[in-house]
Amino acid sequence: MTPAQKPLRQTIALNDTVYETTLTKKYAQRKPYAPKDPSRLTAIIPGLILELRVSPGDQVRSGHDLLVLEAMKMQNHITAHDDVTVKALHVAVGDTVTKGQLLMEFE
Amino acid sequence: MSLPKKMKDHAAKHAEATEPHPAAAAKQAAQGKLQARERITAILDQDSFHEYDLFVEHKCSDFGMEKKQLPGDGVITGTGTILGHPVAIFAQDFTVAGGSLGLAHARKITKIMDHAIKLGIPLIGINDSGGARIQEGVNSLAGYGEIFYRNTLASGVIPQLSIILGPCAGGAVYSPALTDFVFVVDKISKMFITGPEVIKTVLGEEISMEDLGGARVQAELTGNAHFYAQSEAECFEQVKRLVTYIPWNNRKKADSFNVIPSRSEISLESIIPAESNKPYDVRDVIRAVCDGSDFMEVQALWAANIVVGFARMDGRTVGMIANQPMVLAGVLDVDSSDKAARFIRFCDAFNIPLVTFVDLPGYLPGIDQEHAGVIRHGAKLLYAYSEATVPKITVILRKAYGGGYIAMCSRHLGADFVFAWPCAEIAVMGPEGAANIIFKGEIAAAADPEAFRKEKVKEYTEKFASPYVAAANGHVDAVISPHQTRDFLLHALEISEEKAELRPARKHGVPPF
Repeated sequence: MTPAQKPLRQTIALNDTVYETTLTKKYAQRKPYAPKDPSRLTAIIPGLILELRVSPGDQVRSGHDLLVLEAMKMQNHITAHDDVTVKALHVAVGDTVTKGQLLMEFE
Repeated sequence: MSLPKKMKDHAAKHAEATEPHPAAAAKQAAQGKLQARERITAILDQDSFHEYDLFVEHKCSDFGMEKKQLPGDGVITGTGTILGHPVAIFAQDFTVAGGSLGLAHARKITKIMDHAIKLGIPLIGINDSGGARIQEGVNSLAGYGEIFYRNTLASGVIPQLSIILGPCAGGAVYSPALTDFVFVVDKISKMFITGPEVIKTVLGEEISMEDLGGARVQAELTGNAHFYAQSEAECFEQVKRLVTYIPWNNRKKADSFNVIPSRSEISLESIIPAESNKPYDVRDVIRAVCDGSDFMEVQALWAANIVVGFARMDGRTVGMIANQPMVLAGVLDVDSSDKAARFIRFCDAFNIPLVTFVDLPGYLPGIDQEHAGVIRHGAKLLYAYSEATVPKITVILRKAYGGGYIAMCSRHLGADFVFAWPCAEIAVMGPEGAANIIFKGEIAAAADPEAFRKEKVKEYTEKFASPYVAAANGHVDAVISPHQTRDFLLHALEISEEKAELRPARKHGVPPF
């Protein structure tokens, strides 16, 4: 067997026993859990920043529009999940963003 | 024993079996949880609960269990009514051995399940249990298996509702997963297969029970829960309301209610923005057409890019499915396909007609979607719509492009009636994309490519981004003004009342799940 074909032989502990096994590709490449950070707003969908409706320092009520993200032929209104104060903007009008890209931070 | 003494003895036995253990009851109350009996009383009509198997005892004699008396073996079972609708109900009692499931406990549940299936009445399960009764070993596992088996036999025969009011972990959580609707309450419900402890041991990752499988997570992230409430009282109101929308069993139709007109002040014309790229809340459209503008949304917090739920039209229950332009532009993706497909199958099993409102740009493009198996999950929606033989009525509100047009109960998947508003755009793809592909060569060769491109986009928009090409081919039955929508739907539903559609005999289909 060439090294490339060699399966990833690992151990896994389940029900008080350590098992020798191979791992699936998906399991081996999984990302560790990270709790969602409510102070960071990231893009839910790739698209174009059409409008920014807040500036750093603005206090925004829950449900208020933060920005308009054009994607899938739709002007998606991104709203505040909570009462927040805008700390920093990481995008400008006209920017194309990818999914998961940081858009703004709250205090 | 004299007769009066026997009567007195019975009263004493009854009191002993139903009185909660004070310390355990206090602990339950301290967690903000109601007692099992209080829960049953709160859900059912006053004095309608009839309890069975109160004196059932476990037979376990290992690990000192022979000395332990467990009232009702930790679960209360019986029948009653909700707003006059008969139901079978069981409630696990956490104050009795942590609500742990032994064989006698399980057999009480399977007995009431068997009753419900034979009688053709809905089953409501209240889950609040620490899990398997370890002292009973494999017998406890047998108990779970017998419950899962009946959940499956009952599926599509009687409606099954699961209310999670405490921990529901390990194997136990598969019973709710096999039922039709799962209710969770903030900070009280905890659902997971392996808990935080095991995850920490195996993976070294730390997470709280709430973040792993709390009510919010189940309602928003996983889609395991259908209804989310802030308190047990709110949850019970949701249960009662749902019961009024669904029939007793698959041989019946849901009860008809007094006809209340929709609120006439809601103008459909004013809901949809003039520009096709502006969002709006599609639930406003549903509320504008249904009786009393009363819509009970299912899985409101999960995959909100599609809206599903129950409403009434002329007093009769209808299942509503609608793309939600306000969320993710209303695209279809892995989760929204899964959500809608499940809801459609419930409605079809229980004789509830389907009304679909279409406004979507198509399937969500993305590497994560493709790698998450959007082909397989998206196919569930096609399967569910095609398989359904209840009346299927579709209204195309605005955009219906490409595969999304086909998937959203098009004529081609067996819709009985397809209506479209004049602002509908039914085409293979949006005008921009279509013009860029069709006229690629000409655009490149043109003296002013941008002007030429714009001209072609305009040409395509006028020719194809309308409902009239589809109407000319009979794929759309009628182009209707928004204000005619309720009238057309009511008529279509009325004449579909006796719809019968025969399919070739088979044991069962093989849907892509």
